[in-house]
Amino acid sequence: MLSTVIKKNTYQDSVSLMLLTNHLSSVDGVNKIQVMMGTPANKDIFKGSGLFTDELEDAAPSDLCIVVDTDSEDVTSNVVEETDNYLANQATESNQSEFSTVRTWDMALNKLPNADLAVISIAGEHATAEANKALDRGMSVFLFSDNVSVEDELALKTRADELGLIVMGPDCGTGILDGVPIAFANVVDKGNIGIVGASGTGIQEVSTIIGNHGGGISQAIGTGGRDLSAAIGAKTAIKGLRVLDQDPETDIIVFISKPPAPEVRNKVVDVFKTLSKPVVAIFMGNKPEAAHDNVQYAWTLQDTALQALELAQSTGASIDKFVAEHADDIEKIKANAEQRYIKGYFCGGTLALEAAMITEDAFGLDSSADHPEGMMLKKDGHEIIDLGDDVYTNGRAHPMIDPTFRVEKVKEAAHDAETAIILLDNVIGYGAHEDMAGVFAPVIKEAKEEAAKEGKAFIAIASVTGTANDPQVYQDQVDKLEDAGVVVLESNAEATKLAADLVKYLNGEITLKTSEGKSAGDLEKVAELISSKPRVVNVGLKSFAQTVAENGGQVVQYQWKPIAGGNKRLASLVNQLNKR
Amino acid sequence: MTYKTIDEANEAVIQKVIESQPFLLDVVPAKDVISELNDKALLHSGPSIAWEDMNDPMQGSCVGAVLFEGWASNEEEARKQLAGGEIKFISAHSVNAVGPMGGITSANFPVVVVENKASGRYGYCNLNEGIGAVLRFGAYNEEVLNRLKWMKDVLGPALSKALKQIEGGMNVNVLVAKAITMGDEFHQRNIAASALFLKEIVPYLITAGLSDKELQEVTKFLADTDQFFLNIMMASAKSVMDSALDVGEGSIVTHLARNGHMFGIKVSGLGDQWFTAPVNTPDGLYFTGYSSADACPDMGDSAITEAYGVGGMAMIAAPGVTRFVGTGGFSDAINTSDEMREICIANNPNLSIPTWDFQGACLGIDLRKVVETGITPVINTGIANKVAGKGQIGAGTVRVPLGCFEQAIEALAKKYGVEA
Repeated sequence: MLSTVIKKNTYQDSVSLMLLTNHLSSVDGVNKIQVMMGTPANKDIFKGSGLFTDELEDAAPSDLCIVVDTDSEDVTSNVVEETDNYLANQATESNQSEFSTVRTWDMALNKLPNADLAVISIAGEHATAEANKALDRGMSVFLFSDNVSVEDELALKTRADELGLIVMGPDCGTGILDGVPIAFANVVDKGNIGIVGASGTGIQEVSTIIGNHGGGISQAIGTGGRDLSAAIGAKTAIKGLRVLDQDPETDIIVFISKPPAPEVRNKVVDVFKTLSKPVVAIFMGNKPEAAHDNVQYAWTLQDTALQALELAQSTGASIDKFVAEHADDIEKIKANAEQRYIKGYFCGGTLALEAAMITEDAFGLDSSADHPEGMMLKKDGHEIIDLGDDVYTNGRAHPMIDPTFRVEKVKEAAHDAETAIILLDNVIGYGAHEDMAGVFAPVIKEAKEEAAKEGKAFIAIASVTGTANDPQVYQDQVDKLEDAGVVVLESNAEATKLAADLVKYLNGEITLKTSEGKSAGDLEKVAELISSKPRVVNVGLKSFAQTVAENGGQVVQYQWKPIAGGNKRLASLVNQLNKR
Repeated sequence: MTYKTIDEANEAVIQKVIESQPFLLDVVPAKDVISELNDKALLHSGPSIAWEDMNDPMQGSCVGAVLFEGWASNEEEARKQLAGGEIKFISAHSVNAVGPMGGITSANFPVVVVENKASGRYGYCNLNEGIGAVLRFGAYNEEVLNRLKWMKDVLGPALSKALKQIEGGMNVNVLVAKAITMGDEFHQRNIAASALFLKEIVPYLITAGLSDKELQEVTKFLADTDQFFLNIMMASAKSVMDSALDVGEGSIVTHLARNGHMFGIKVSGLGDQWFTAPVNTPDGLYFTGYSSADACPDMGDSAITEAYGVGGMAMIAAPGVTRFVGTGGFSDAINTSDEMREICIANNPNLSIPTWDFQGACLGIDLRKVVETGITPVINTGIANKVAGKGQIGAGTVRVPLGCFEQAIEALAKKYGVEA
């Protein structure tokens, strides 16, 4: 039985109506159905399908016509309802992903013209050719693929050297470039520790331990598992080390390696020594040697991480940074030949002892076991005094409680022409003075202003011993001292070490390590690669592209297939014709 | 060789397309511009084909043409002449012409005359009959023949009188550039361009000295025939792509054509030679009662629109068309167009497509890229019933067979002295 439904003056596109017809054909009870606009030509089509009815005759070209062959009237009303629903909901969900997918290098660069990194994870036998195409186009390469021959690796890395680019891999599983994880990587806070590592889980273990302990990673550069072989000679490792040395965000460099060829190991260690930053190195399998120059060695990955953390967290004590940040004052002090001495006044006996011990070690002095009258150190103009010694507390309150006498000593030292550094402790907690920093801060401030009037300066260095939960509140004390111009370090040991280093610097015994003056024009592109989020052409596993996109990098997915469907003859013809 | 590299030659080829200036000048009997038709001959679409290899609809079209020309008075006689070698079959492309579907064109069919003024090359194509029972789908009944007679006696001359009043002819590029922003892709979808054509020509039809009846019939026909512009687009693309082929070097695919049996391509550096492989069968959406089992294999010269860079190559300009082959929406259209862009070397700055972020239509299909990626051009096409005279049964897409390109690349390698 044929039923006709005419929706007057209801225009729909012919494609919509064909789709609708398809859709309605599957409604229960429909034998045959057609939905079209009532044009003469369409009426012929209805006739052709055996669905022409009298009602159709009167339909106008602007009328939507539905003819159903069905045995039930309910079905017809179902059909009408379905039709209304369908036409009202024609918008389809767009499944745009966050990145484009392309099929050729040309289109990849069309979509991302300033791409600077190709991440390649296709099968090894094809990976070298694609890596070369990336280098041709001025991109560095992260080569996740393995089963790449050592000859190919050498050729790629040599080419990269010539072009000022870097090849990370093959068999490189992990990288973090400007906070963007590449391939297998963990989400770790950004920080000041840079890593150069062989392939993967070494970097992952070290970086995650660092992250879990409150530190962070500036960059993680993978070299591939074979980079330190004799054949390759650590090309990428060395490039990675040099570029991290130049990277302003990296303060500490971690080097993770599988057992290298001995001559290559020596080559790498020689490079360590030329760097301006401290290096923590682990040559896995080798028992750690003694530290030397700027290099420390570790036995386990955890060990490596923790050593790096320690260095990273004490960079406040770095003499290079300090001199840079206090250049003016230090100039003035340097100009004054006699101003070369540390005056340390302590309320804590053990703290004074520690300060003395560190200073003696730094200047190669004999440590005297005897400390009469709290004089923990006295040599030439240096003095470190424990003002809590009996001699000073006879008839006075302990300096922890009453800072008056210590204040006098500080004022004295400030007026002493030979005082370069005033070194203080600041102990808080139960029983101590309610605001020791509040007492010393104005004193130091005033003294500095007086000195400045005479064109002179001195440095005040201190540490605060206490916690946030102490009644006096650790950070408040630190803030007060810093506001007055006191340099506050995390510990007594760091404060003392800085003081000692500063004296050495004033005496010309330390040359600062700067990474300027190391001409590194050849590293320019690599430095640029790591200093901003990478712009990636991802050749292979789509998940790698998703990771980059989710972490703020730009990426285009190159859906790679073998040329000419794997037909080697045609592939050869095409490759050659591309060059004609 | 004039050009130092294939890339350089390719640039020259696409320049020919960019600089082209096709103008619709006239509508005339085919024999007036194609002298070969003064003998007993029929043009057909695609590369050369013998009667025995023609599919049912194409043979049906031939029967209709023979009857129309009066060479026979009934079907039996007509088939005898056709099978008996009394009638010459000529590939339309070889005489500056193109034809949709069967492409059958005889001496007295009116054809549009398009001149590419930048090169002086001409393109000819018969007039679009509309949909349903029409000659190009192999129908040859009385209705068809009457319509053909009307087109010869009324429509053709009316259009001729109108066009001759337009100084220099009607600028086709302008219509195409407008219509591509209005949802046309010029193969399956010509609604906007046909409407624009009607708007342009009506004032001149009114002053063409037609009787009221003729004026009414002609304007009604044009108004009802949504695909009318297709045939104009085909003639125009023919005049442009022939000029591109004249460059004689490079790896640009300039022509795509099918005869229902074989698909043929031409390449800018390989001269007049067709590289052929068996056609695929289109698939898509069918009118009720039909399915892919009824579909006729791919045929027609209308794929010259894809060679030019529109049709399936500009899917994004007519996003609704993608729904023929899936439930995908706008993103499918973008993906298809992006995929086509992979095998081309440029975008046509004259044909900006708003829905493609204003990129120009694809320009310059590069043979090397097709072989390299395995991506073949996609053609938007009507689907004919494989039985003659039953007309269109649906619409969808079809791919150019890879075999054409594989053969062509071997020839190109030889030409440029390359061995595997």
